[in-house]
Amino acid sequence: MNILLITEQREGKWNKTSFETLVAAQQIAGETNSRLAAVVIGKGVATLAGEIAATKLNEVLLVEHDLVAAYTPDGYTLALQQVIARTKPDLILLPHTYQVRDFAPKLAASLGKGMIGDCIAYRHENGKLTFVRQMFQGKTVADVVFEGASPWFATFQAGAFRADLVAQGASKAPVTPVLVDFNAAQIRTKPLEIFREAKQAVDLTQAPILVSVGRGIKAPENIPMAEKLAHLLGGELAASRPICDEGWLPMDRQIGSSGQTVSPKLYLALGISGAIQHVVGMKGSRTIVAINKDQNAPIFEVADYGIVGDLFEIVPALTEELEKTKST
Amino acid sequence: MKIVVCIKQVPAKDAPLVITEGGWIRETDIGFEMNEPDSFALEEALRLKEKHTGEVIAVSMGPERVKQTIKEALAKGADRAVHIADDKAHMLDPLGAAKSLAAAIEREKPDLVLTGLQSDDQGFGQTGVLLADRLGLPHATLIMQIAVEGDHLRVKRELEAGWFQWVELPLPAVLTIQSGINKVRYATLKGIMAAKKKEIATISRESLGISHEPTQRIERIYVPTKTKKTEFLTGTPKEAAAKLLEKLRHEARVL
Repeated sequence: MNILLITEQREGKWNKTSFETLVAAQQIAGETNSRLAAVVIGKGVATLAGEIAATKLNEVLLVEHDLVAAYTPDGYTLALQQVIARTKPDLILLPHTYQVRDFAPKLAASLGKGMIGDCIAYRHENGKLTFVRQMFQGKTVADVVFEGASPWFATFQAGAFRADLVAQGASKAPVTPVLVDFNAAQIRTKPLEIFREAKQAVDLTQAPILVSVGRGIKAPENIPMAEKLAHLLGGELAASRPICDEGWLPMDRQIGSSGQTVSPKLYLALGISGAIQHVVGMKGSRTIVAINKDQNAPIFEVADYGIVGDLFEIVPALTEELEKTKST
Repeated sequence: MKIVVCIKQVPAKDAPLVITEGGWIRETDIGFEMNEPDSFALEEALRLKEKHTGEVIAVSMGPERVKQTIKEALAKGADRAVHIADDKAHMLDPLGAAKSLAAAIEREKPDLVLTGLQSDDQGFGQTGVLLADRLGLPHATLIMQIAVEGDHLRVKRELEAGWFQWVELPLPAVLTIQSGINKVRYATLKGIMAAKKKEIATISRESLGISHEPTQRIERIYVPTKTKKTEFLTGTPKEAAAKLLEKLRHEARVL
């Protein structure tokens, strides 16, 4: 097989999940005796191509063009269509980033092909590749296989593979420039400034202990209860996305794929079901405690300690115990 | 402004899921609701209509039961709806679903098509982008703000890790809406009454004449095997709390 990894960079900086997907690509290439090439796309990104060429790869394809200096779905689709036509890969792997979500389904569809997105694992058995992805917000997983002729597209979720397991190459892989040709009239969207909303008021990545609330907290007036627990533990208050969407806590308290990624020594999840978008932001925590009324909540899959029950009874009990030991 | 909003009906968040053969779940005895990300898209469509005048058309695909979700959209303020009837819609791959939706939406010649960013059931997260491709329209995803400026849009796209980007694109266009963009309204009693008179045009998916070879197939779904062994602490709330603190202090040593 020919495997093509499409990496992601912005303004000359890697999106680190590219290296996690590189690990997946190297493993699949190894197990299937495949040839692996990595695409670096942008403008003025030859240095990045040189960097990734040191890893275990057969080739790096350097795709540079003025019209992919800034990302647009049209520009990336046009450029990568040409790379695919030229190199004829069977399997195209990408990290499941917000940018990939924006163009990869279109790229696949433009070739009449499908994409298995947001995979957490793969299996190679009896010459067949199966991709594993979550469904129903992580309550179930699914084995998915491609149908029809290649090329096939798959993306891997952040954290599905460990970037520190990237295999280095015995020698540098050759970097091959791939010329692509299209014009500005073919690009319909106009990318403007990239900005940060406001300075992050709290840096949750530095907190040793986080008490995080989810939908189970039910109402904004219940949040002080969790806040009190956080303070007694010497930690910070955090939340899953729905809580910030509701405006019950500011966006800078949000943990998960659209918020902060944290790895405190203790992460206490209160009434958080454990949707993948949340779990990717906290699964690296040293000790995870989950309190949830639903014993089948996916959060328990990553928890070290769990209490199945009513958080409105358990949190006050915890607070009381902590106050008792504090005063003695 | 003519706005089409795609809404999907999904199992209710707290519905107990029983897995069946063929990669789906048992549908009897569980509740269904509007896919939450789509409710943000609907709300955005209603706000755009209120600001710029026009029409909001809700489009939903699935078995008879999705009419309940369509009625909710109508009660909230959508003007009319299209129901693409298919009892086996959940078997479609993302491209097959997008082709079907596109065929129905094309007839409406909308100025703007909105979808949620992904569904809470299959969670493919591809429908909006694929729809744009099928309709030959430009798109932008994970949108947190929309400004209509004459014949084009200026939208705020969410990037990762707290970054955003302004993007301009010409109309007509497809946008996928990021959850949290707005505060979703509730249906009023007046809205519920008014919805009864609104049109729901049902077309069978079959009649759309889509030719599609599936690009992928779900072989089976199952409950994930645990990666970590969770130690469950039991007893009264007080006992469980005491046990937990004991564990955190002396076993995990994090307190």
